[in-house]
Amino acid sequence: MKKYILQSLRLTAVLLVLLCVIYPLIVAFAGKLTKGNGGGEKITKNGQVVGYALLGQSFTKPQYFWGRPSAVGYKADGSGGSNKGPSNPDYLKEVNSRIDSLLKYHPYLKRSDIPADMVTASGSGLDPNISVEGAAIQIKRVAMYRKLNEQDVADLVKKTVKGPVLGLFGPSSINVLELNIALDNLKK
Amino acid sequence: MNTELFGIVATYLLTLVLAIPLGKYLAKVFAGEKVWTDFLKPIESGIYKLSGINPKEEMNWKQHMKALMTINLVWLVYGFFVLMYQDKLPLNPDGNPGMTPDLAFNSIISFVVNCNLQHYSGESGVTYLTQHFVMMFLQFVSAATGIAAAVVFFKAFRDKTSTNLGNFWEFFVKSITRLLLPLSLIMAIILAFSGTPTSYEGKDKLISLQGDTVNVSRGPAAAFVAIKHLGTNGGGWFGTNSAHPLENPSYITNSVELIAQVLIPIAMVIAFGIFIRRRKLSWMIFGVMTIGMLLLLIPTVSSELGGNPAIAKMGVSQLSGAMEGKEVRFGPAISGYWSTVTTIISTGSVNSMHDSTMPLTGFWQLLGMMINSFYGGCGVGMLNYFIYLIIAVFISGLMVGRTPEFLGHKVEAREIKIAALITLLSPFLILAGTAIASFVVVNHADAAWAVQPKSWLNNPGFHGFSEMLYEMTSSNANNGSGFEGLGDNNVFWNVSTGFVLFLGRFLPIIGPIAIAGLLGAKKHIPESAGTLKADTLTFSLMTFAVIIVLNALSYFPALTLGPLAEYFTLIK
Repeated sequence: MKKYILQSLRLTAVLLVLLCVIYPLIVAFAGKLTKGNGGGEKITKNGQVVGYALLGQSFTKPQYFWGRPSAVGYKADGSGGSNKGPSNPDYLKEVNSRIDSLLKYHPYLKRSDIPADMVTASGSGLDPNISVEGAAIQIKRVAMYRKLNEQDVADLVKKTVKGPVLGLFGPSSINVLELNIALDNLKK
Repeated sequence: MNTELFGIVATYLLTLVLAIPLGKYLAKVFAGEKVWTDFLKPIESGIYKLSGINPKEEMNWKQHMKALMTINLVWLVYGFFVLMYQDKLPLNPDGNPGMTPDLAFNSIISFVVNCNLQHYSGESGVTYLTQHFVMMFLQFVSAATGIAAAVVFFKAFRDKTSTNLGNFWEFFVKSITRLLLPLSLIMAIILAFSGTPTSYEGKDKLISLQGDTVNVSRGPAAAFVAIKHLGTNGGGWFGTNSAHPLENPSYITNSVELIAQVLIPIAMVIAFGIFIRRRKLSWMIFGVMTIGMLLLLIPTVSSELGGNPAIAKMGVSQLSGAMEGKEVRFGPAISGYWSTVTTIISTGSVNSMHDSTMPLTGFWQLLGMMINSFYGGCGVGMLNYFIYLIIAVFISGLMVGRTPEFLGHKVEAREIKIAALITLLSPFLILAGTAIASFVVVNHADAAWAVQPKSWLNNPGFHGFSEMLYEMTSSNANNGSGFEGLGDNNVFWNVSTGFVLFLGRFLPIIGPIAIAGLLGAKKHIPESAGTLKADTLTFSLMTFAVIIVLNALSYFPALTLGPLAEYFTLIK
């Protein structure tokens, strides 16, 4: 028994060095060669960092495309989903009020135009994407507030769509931050 | 929609393409045959030398279990104190606090037992030091523990009669050097180049496009996320696990993480057949497991694609399916596949919030964890399956009126008793645990704990009951996923699930190893016309029936009270 204890202690020490020092340092070194130098890829606008490429952020102003509802208000140091069950009456009320508020800002919409992702909270609370339909319903409003031609905005949305992998696997999506930056640049 | 289904098929097929050769390789590695990774031998010799280990020393099954338990207890003590005092240790750029004793107790057991149930949130509950030196360390070694235990089991059936079952340390070290570490390195680099952070910098602060101040948690996550999946651990670097965009940046990384978690469990099944020179048996086992997986997967995906009937009534379009708790870049189809895989394989990582999945999906998730052997966790999946197999041998023996035997060894009272006890353990822990929790919620709603029982449940009614049932099931299965709405960071849940985790890990390892050790030591009976053959279609069907019957008998009432009742209220 004593032999096993000593062996266990020594083996644990050796493996701590191998697995917790050497291994992550190799990965960190490789990470230096990536786009964000291992700290996450940042998006800049006019030399100012305005966000992370992968992280969704809150858009509430009417001249921007909006992202999905977030259970944590897009708090990037405290990710979280709503964890509401599908039959929870309070939750269903909340979804209904999200639908109403979308209809208020987009009076031209029917309920059946609204895709589910725009009225349900994401898993991480930081979902950077919306569905193609989720962007489509906002085009008219954004164009109106920006005094832009609706077709120009629609073209921009189309350009931002990221299709399935190799055109075959997975859903299509739109990165909201990318779209909004492109939109800001369009004005000039 | 179709592209989403293609994604599932492609991901699964790619898993098989990688797992089958990996299984062949593993069989050779553990048999000590020549393989191309033998250039790593000097490193292994160095590890043995520094640790005072002689890898040639043969152990019997009891010595194996002593070695296994000893090193696991060392990790428990080490990790408990590091977690409690993490605030006083370096590598804590975000200034996170130390853990309370009950949270440290729960967290350390949870990681030692390969479960990774997390009652803390990665962003605020741990430091970079503990993430690497406790959590990630244990993700490697707990997976290696499971694999080494499975190899001991393989070894018992390789020769006709044997009590010498190889050296535990050798199996354990080789699991890391020849399998987990190289694969993790490759996967971590793929993740790093897909956007998962690798640097040790602390939180970042920035002004968003529309002018809000945002703090961004990061840290060296890529190395962690790789072994989290390869070792079927599942604990997240960030609070929301693989739903978090930095932990799982794209559809491609999502498939990589999915493949990684299924890879070793399938490879171990293949390796078993090659190792004991009965390939047909392992294909039969693989067949039963795969059919089991499909029976859970198909209704899961269909229920998620169907969307939430209550939201359908509001008139919005659920073209893609149920979206609450899901990420747009993955979509409901592959999120459904993930939820099946992560529950049958005891990974417990999530890419969508299980609490918000449809009631029937919750039903299949729970069932997957209760069965816990359709592929199952790293190494331990095979051990769990073996228990069902022994019960099936016994029942078949009784049905045809012969002495039950398995691979030429008589299965007698002692082995059956162990198998029966292990079979009864899971329902006992899960159902008694859930019953006590329900009792506390109803009768002691105002108990003065960190989270009062009256605010434990994030959802009312049947779904609230499911949250508690899920937590206990996940703990017993060493799964680690959760219906995360449950307010679980308080004395009750930390301590109760801590015990369930511990018992649900080590007894189902020791039990099968004991049976295998006892059987392996018995005199070998040559095959005759009267032998019950384990590698036939009939016997595979029998095993499948045993799995279904045992689990239905144990859990049907509890499942009815939770997800089934919710389902029927939702569609009415």
